[in-house]
Amino acid sequence: MASAQTAPTTADTAAAAPPSRRRRLGGRDRLVVFAMVAVPFILVLWLVWLPALASVALSFGKWNGIGSTSNIEWVGFQNYRDIATIYPPFWPAVQHNLIWLVFLFILPTMLGLLLAVVLDREMKGSRFYQTSFYLPVVLSLALIGFIWQLFYSRDQGLINDVLGTQVDWYGDPDVNLWAVLVATAWRHTGYVMLLYLAGLKSVDASLREAAAVDGANEWKTFFQVVFPVMRPINLIVLVIVVIESLRAFDIVWVINKGRNGLELIAALVSQNVIGEATRYGFGSALAVIMMVISSVFITIYLRIVFKEDRA
Amino acid sequence: MSAEAPTATTTADETRAVAPQQMSGGVMGKPRGRTATVIMLVLSLLWLFPVIWAVVNSFRDYNYTQANGYLSFGGWTMDNYTEAWERGSFGKYFLNSLYITVPAVVFTLLLASMVAFVLARFSFKFNLALLGFFLAANLLPPQALLIPVFRMFREIPLPTFMSDSGLMLNSYWGLILVNTAFQLGFCTFVLSNYMKTIPHEIYESAELDGASVWRQYWQLTMPLVRPALAALATLEVTWIYNEFFWATVLISDFSKLPITSGLNNLRGQFFTDTNLVAAGSVLVALPVLIVFFVLQKQFVSGLTLGSTKG
Repeated sequence: MASAQTAPTTADTAAAAPPSRRRRLGGRDRLVVFAMVAVPFILVLWLVWLPALASVALSFGKWNGIGSTSNIEWVGFQNYRDIATIYPPFWPAVQHNLIWLVFLFILPTMLGLLLAVVLDREMKGSRFYQTSFYLPVVLSLALIGFIWQLFYSRDQGLINDVLGTQVDWYGDPDVNLWAVLVATAWRHTGYVMLLYLAGLKSVDASLREAAAVDGANEWKTFFQVVFPVMRPINLIVLVIVVIESLRAFDIVWVINKGRNGLELIAALVSQNVIGEATRYGFGSALAVIMMVISSVFITIYLRIVFKEDRA
Repeated sequence: MSAEAPTATTTADETRAVAPQQMSGGVMGKPRGRTATVIMLVLSLLWLFPVIWAVVNSFRDYNYTQANGYLSFGGWTMDNYTEAWERGSFGKYFLNSLYITVPAVVFTLLLASMVAFVLARFSFKFNLALLGFFLAANLLPPQALLIPVFRMFREIPLPTFMSDSGLMLNSYWGLILVNTAFQLGFCTFVLSNYMKTIPHEIYESAELDGASVWRQYWQLTMPLVRPALAALATLEVTWIYNEFFWATVLISDFSKLPITSGLNNLRGQFFTDTNLVAAGSVLVALPVLIVFFVLQKQFVSGLTLGSTKG
């Protein structure tokens, strides 16, 4: 950030002007500045940070949510032990979240990058292509789950109609995760493409031209010149993909509330609160696991952002 | 971003003189250009297909498609729309979305612009920490906060003119506040970057004229950041309209659900009739698709403002 308060001139002008250039804020102004920060600060503290801390605290207790907090029976790490040992959906959920992450990386993220590289060139109809790829980005994943029912339905879906099969794509636990991932990829690709298109635009054209003059072919130019320069974007895409995979919830909840082959950690947390059983301590422990994983990537993200900020 | 490498400057001028029309990515050779065009055309049609398929089938009669299969042609009707609208009580759900989205977007932009202004205008020692406080909150998985927020909202009474449940839980207000709190980080970040590009001399002369901090914010900065506000408003309308998780968990009274979460309740009624699903989906998608086609530039620039600066 530019040091904003350095005085550009020493000329002492009109008498009306305050004597010192580094004028302190007046009482009223100081109050206004305070309020401008305090109101949003309190809102975020109240609805994000305090609940985050409360989740950590609750994860060490047993509580069905009835009565006051004095009804909590403190059990130490028992919830965590139970999750790892006697809670059947947990490990499948972890596995599904990991598959989610790897899949998003290998297919839609790479495809998005590729599309961005191709569409960054002068090409007839480039705008039309771009528009069709990022059209799904404006749709919610819940709605996307709904729309893809038209392909996946066992009796009325297009896929079974064309292939003459009888697969219940959303219901069969052997295939439903992949069906959901394809639908998710439909949206994710356009998003990644958009981020990379912006990143490529910020790469100085002269850099590429210089590489071309030096005799580097396009392949080499991209991997040895353009891609390394886009490092901040690459990292941001990485963080976004990880966080999206961890947060994945909407589409599986709309299909079957995250059961039967579609277990995800985020869905398990919700099942423990608004499902049949309210197990607050247990659900909180699951929530804390999510929080710990995401905090690693949030830290990475903040470091990139702040490094750029200082530069 | 440190994109410019110092070594490239001299040669770049030469090549630019040779090929002045060259765009950032360069032009492709003919045969390769043709292959790329074909691949792109096929891919983009593939990408549009789900939307086209939904729109086409939303206009087809269920009995006709049942008898002739979906690969047939014919059976055109508007009935799916009237039926979906009535059976799904879309009118009510759309209104709920409106009641939640509009205030949430206004609050978010107002509060975010105030923090951003302070961050850009003054250089306090805590500036960076403050930005981190908002930005990290934006990235936390919402499920991680679900239990305390849920339980807390169950305890907070609201007067009945604000919420007929008498509680924060099951009220528009709870949802508006949660959405606002979650979107603040991103908007603050984008706006403060944008505001930092405003030359500081403007504030100095305003100060000499005796303008208070509030007037500097409201009459000087806000009009200047209108493009960023427009881009963010477009993006936030889409995001909050699409928000699914908080509405699903904080509102159990179906009559108050916004449309995106209301989808979940339509599922059971609709899933036996794919054409009805199609009509319902098109209806839900319509507002964001309109936003997308009318304000595409704002939408895209809003998204990319966050990843590359300004």
